[in-house]
Amino acid sequence: MMNHFELFGLAEAYSIDLAELQQRYRKLQQALHPDRFANASERDKLLAVQRTSQLNDAYQTLRNPLTRAEYILSLRGVDMQHEQKTLQDPEFLMAQMEWRERLETLAGDDFAAMDAAYKELDEQTQALQQALESDLQAGADEPAADTVRKLKFMQKLRRELEEIEDNAL
Amino acid sequence: MAYSDKVIDHYENPRNVGAFDKNDPSIATGMVGAPACGDVMKLQLKINDAGVIEDAKFKTYGCGSAIASSSLVTEWVKGKSIEEAAQLKNTQIAEELALPPVKIHCSILAEDAIKAALEDYKKKHAG
Repeated sequence: MMNHFELFGLAEAYSIDLAELQQRYRKLQQALHPDRFANASERDKLLAVQRTSQLNDAYQTLRNPLTRAEYILSLRGVDMQHEQKTLQDPEFLMAQMEWRERLETLAGDDFAAMDAAYKELDEQTQALQQALESDLQAGADEPAADTVRKLKFMQKLRRELEEIEDNAL
Repeated sequence: MAYSDKVIDHYENPRNVGAFDKNDPSIATGMVGAPACGDVMKLQLKINDAGVIEDAKFKTYGCGSAIASSSLVTEWVKGKSIEEAAQLKNTQIAEELALPPVKIHCSILAEDAIKAALEDYKKKHAG
């Protein structure tokens, strides 16, 4: 079976052209559309359904930078999918605690404070993404895995921030 | 998902929430996080000269099971020696709180928090 990058004819890299990915996804999707298999054998119909599900899976995985990074690492033998490992980086975790404390007192209708929080969070996230990109490029898989773990915390923070905003509306 | 009564009890009435001064030489601080869910846990132990844990406090940002796991361990470690506390296993926490398999990582987080705190204590008293 082809891996997700091969499926889309893309080079195996963290940095990919999302527009290109989407375009190729749509093209492949069309080729597998059930209408095209209306007169096909049951076996071919089933095969098309299976391929569609693999295609969707591949697209969802590559579309999101975090799952894309995890997937690249899994191709290199670093499986993070079901890990129960804890992160023990006191400095990073202390900053996480401070973020959580800040979110606790943040009011969703305080636009200036919300904007400032989004901005800071996005900056910190981007810095981690840049570190991730250079680690992956350099083949530094373990540091890259650690950065992926940190980015999961940032993703969680962003979701919490969005929730605060939603609840204020 | 249904939480066990013990989880709900600890979640609604968490024991020993708070913080000690981390610069105090008798205070050991353990910080751990679970990437899978983004939970963060800070566990602090007050350890006397005889190596006995006199008091414990925690602050956890996470789900009910993570809060219950940390609340429970602060109760368990009080009065224990450093050696005894180091023996605590996540399986004991999971069993006591009847955690379902998807929440086992919360008990691992609590076990690792104790270990991280004891490690911090060792570092503080090494020199």
